[in-house]
Amino acid sequence: MVERAPLPVLELRGLCKRFGSTEVIRGANLVVQSGERVAIIGPNGAGKSTLFDLVTGRCPPTGGQVLLHQRPLHGLSPHQIHRLGVARSFQITQVFPKLTVTDNLRCAALWHLGHGAGMLQRLTKLADVNARVQHLLDALSLQPLRDLPAAALAYADQRALDLGMALASDAPLLLLDEPTAGMGRGETQRMVARIREATQGKTLLMVEHDMEVVFGLADKVAVLVAGAFIAFDTPERVRADPKVQAAYLGALDFLSDGAQA
Amino acid sequence: MRQASVWLVACGLVGVAPWVWGDSLGLSTLSQIGVAVLACLSFNLLLGQGGMLSFGHATYTGAGAFAAIHVLHAGVGAPWALPLPLLPLVGGLAGMTLAGLLGWLCTRRPGTVFAMITLGLGELVYAAALMLPQWFGGEAGISANRTLAPAWWGWTFGSALQVYYLIAAYTLTCAAALYLLTFTPWGRLLNAVRDNPLRVACIGFDPHGMRYQAFVVAGFFAGIAGALGAIHFETVNHEALAASKSGAYLLFTTLGGSGAFMGPVLGGVLMVLCTVLLSGLTQAWLLYLGLLFVAVVLWVPGGLAACALSVWQWVLSGQLPHRLALLAPLAPSATAAGLGLVILVEMVYHRQLAASVGPVLGFMGLQLDTSAPSTWVLAAAACAVGTCALALQWRRSGPRWQQIGGSHRG
Repeated sequence: MVERAPLPVLELRGLCKRFGSTEVIRGANLVVQSGERVAIIGPNGAGKSTLFDLVTGRCPPTGGQVLLHQRPLHGLSPHQIHRLGVARSFQITQVFPKLTVTDNLRCAALWHLGHGAGMLQRLTKLADVNARVQHLLDALSLQPLRDLPAAALAYADQRALDLGMALASDAPLLLLDEPTAGMGRGETQRMVARIREATQGKTLLMVEHDMEVVFGLADKVAVLVAGAFIAFDTPERVRADPKVQAAYLGALDFLSDGAQA
Repeated sequence: MRQASVWLVACGLVGVAPWVWGDSLGLSTLSQIGVAVLACLSFNLLLGQGGMLSFGHATYTGAGAFAAIHVLHAGVGAPWALPLPLLPLVGGLAGMTLAGLLGWLCTRRPGTVFAMITLGLGELVYAAALMLPQWFGGEAGISANRTLAPAWWGWTFGSALQVYYLIAAYTLTCAAALYLLTFTPWGRLLNAVRDNPLRVACIGFDPHGMRYQAFVVAGFFAGIAGALGAIHFETVNHEALAASKSGAYLLFTTLGGSGAFMGPVLGGVLMVLCTVLLSGLTQAWLLYLGLLFVAVVLWVPGGLAACALSVWQWVLSGQLPHRLALLAPLAPSATAAGLGLVILVEMVYHRQLAASVGPVLGFMGLQLDTSAPSTWVLAAAACAVGTCALALQWRRSGPRWQQIGGSHRG
């Protein structure tokens, strides 16, 4: 890894989230430096998706802080946090089913190209938006499907569109929630290549179950167990960490799968 | 190019219509159609474009109507009196202002919460109208004389024809504005909010804010429609704010088809034809309307517009004869079922409401004796046999008709 001057893009400080009497996140601490690709792994129910919801403002934390470029995000709504340069994709595909693929991407590209929800121009006449959308259609191999409503797409294409909508804003911090979930082997490899290509020079935080993807993409791995991070290091050292192995007791195959990759 | 020609044809039709159907009933009907079309279009900005099912749209058409009548009334003889063509804008501002005041609360959440709050606030405004007779004129309402407004380029709007063209001009202009709005970034983002508000927030736009803006814009156009109606009738009472009126916008917009821009236009036309013409033909018109509504919601979710679009595509692709041949076997059973049902309904109504004129009901040239059991048995048999035959035919070859009138992209 190339040594960089530490510039924390995202920092979680003692983050807590409680739903009723259930404590999902219990004092999570994490520092993500600029340009890092961080994968969050952990058993089911560890709070990975909740963590993303806390960072993107979808639900407020019950304790602790999220800092973006040292600035606390407390009290900001999801669209305001997005405007600060945080884009995300979802574990369950979130697109606009009745809009065409092109319009899905156009809507996603609007804000960061400085357009807003204008009432006076035609959406299809915005040259910079169109250029961005064409680039994404090519990069995601969605060009032949561009005029179909998103609902008509196959699952893998919808996942690609979901990723495309996160990329459309060109936000410097990207949060991907299981980008390869439910995909076949070939589709997964294509997706990993796309993500690697699209996240050049960006900071990436992703939740992933597929160890091959994790070890193929991530510079660092954070292990979330029962709402707190028990390890945060390079993939090799995380794999060797006894605490991690203990947490994954009974799921050692899962880890050794990654070791073969 | 094709869209432009559609609009030109529409303008031509609207311009020529009063010369084809120019008696007083015709002019009044046409004017009311203009008002209803605009009201339904503004309603569909919420329902079709924004996915907001409003049960209180009459609140905003009513606000426009009352504002226009008040300003017309107060302006008589005053130096600031507005010419009649500006009054719809006053109504629009009133609708927009009220929507601006109430909308922030209504639009906080989509779906059921939105529907419930619009219903509640609509009832609130309706009740307030009855409790404040000095503003809303009580049961009698408020009247005004539109000819007392200052003349505008020689137009005094004494004649119904001049009023028709005023309404036509507003309706066409507003419809064009609403149509163009669907192509803007704002319009597409509103569709996006309808489809998935969660994702909209993650591409940098506030779903609540978008819904609120749509609500205010819809209030503006609803207010214009209300004011045009008030100018046409020269009177307005609290019924203009009633939930039944809101329900009519919902019902006819759905019948017309909320998924297509043309849908609410067809719905508005149907609304006036039903309330003006069908209600004159039969006392059971609301029952028929209810049945039609249920049938459309269940089997033709795209409404009339989707049906029309399918037929148009068959015409273009030359499939029309083939498709009609597929549908033809349905005609006898559908006719038997429909006719039997209508005769039963009409006979019930006749016995309940018109028994004093004797047991014989004149129906489409037939003399039906409502006191003879045979008439009832025959009608019931026709209805039952027709319905069973339809059901059987549907089971055998239903899928082939599935494409007709399915919902399509908005």
